[in-house]
Amino acid sequence: MIDVFINVILLAFLAITAVAIVRMTNLFAIIMLFGIFSFLSAAMFIVMDAVDVAFTEAAVGAGISTALMLATIALTKDHDEKQSVSYRPWLPLVVVIATGAALVYGTLDIPTFGDPDAPTQTHVAPYYIERSAPETGVPNIVTAVLASYRGFDTLGEVVVIFTAGIAVLLLIGGRRRKSTAVRDEREENDA
Amino acid sequence: MTHNLILRVVSKSLIPLIIVFALYVQFHGDFGPGGGFQAGVILSAAIILYALVFGLDAAEQIIPSGILRILAGLGVLIYAGTGIVTLFSGGNYLDYSGLVGSQIAGQHLGILLVELGVGITVFSVMLIIFFAFAGRGRP
Repeated sequence: MIDVFINVILLAFLAITAVAIVRMTNLFAIIMLFGIFSFLSAAMFIVMDAVDVAFTEAAVGAGISTALMLATIALTKDHDEKQSVSYRPWLPLVVVIATGAALVYGTLDIPTFGDPDAPTQTHVAPYYIERSAPETGVPNIVTAVLASYRGFDTLGEVVVIFTAGIAVLLLIGGRRRKSTAVRDEREENDA
Repeated sequence: MTHNLILRVVSKSLIPLIIVFALYVQFHGDFGPGGGFQAGVILSAAIILYALVFGLDAAEQIIPSGILRILAGLGVLIYAGTGIVTLFSGGNYLDYSGLVGSQIAGQHLGILLVELGVGITVFSVMLIIFFAFAGRGRP
């Protein structure tokens, strides 16, 4: 019962934050609201007992990406010009409402939260719950699945992160002139 | 921001705590929530906080970008190398059961090594990206 109450409040705050983001033009405030949005999502994951996901959302969504976006607006302007709308947005409104109604209709067939007969609970989850502790000796099933049973997938994820770093370095990481200047200075000092 | 006394004092006392928490999340991930990914992000957040308060150059003196590039590759190498070692110890790729002694001990060691690789790569790539973006704003 208390879960439902907390969920309703968190969802209401999420919706309020989303509307506030859409209506604002100050990019600095929008980035702060993005951080708040991520934090509210993390709180929802905790209510749903997904603490590992909540941890990641709080650290990455609210932490790092906020810092990265702040670093980005430091390079550009921190205001978005208000565009005057010259047409009536009826068609987009109809499309959005129709899509939303279809999605809500789709949720009617989804099994209820925590349903033991749901396909996600009957596939491989029972195997992990029963066998991960005796097979790996790791109490945290999420870690056992991520690092051991699905180790190959996680290797792929790490390579993706590594590739992202390389891509950023190739695109905007070049400060070669300054770094060689520093190196020359050091070599002079060493000599 | 470099002359703000309160920010400097507060962040100086916060950064060690953030680093200790990141290490806790890294090496306690088998037992509690967390793991290499979260630990790497938290550790890089400590350095980013330092960079925001004390300036980018001071932060790059702690961890030069050359070392960061080596670390980013080293993490992937530790992860993939663990898989190679398991091949030599008679298992499948990334099957840690045969690493040392018993199956449980092997799994423990394998998960620890793999999470360490994840943590090192995530930490250094997050910092590489931050330094790349923040470094562009310099004259």
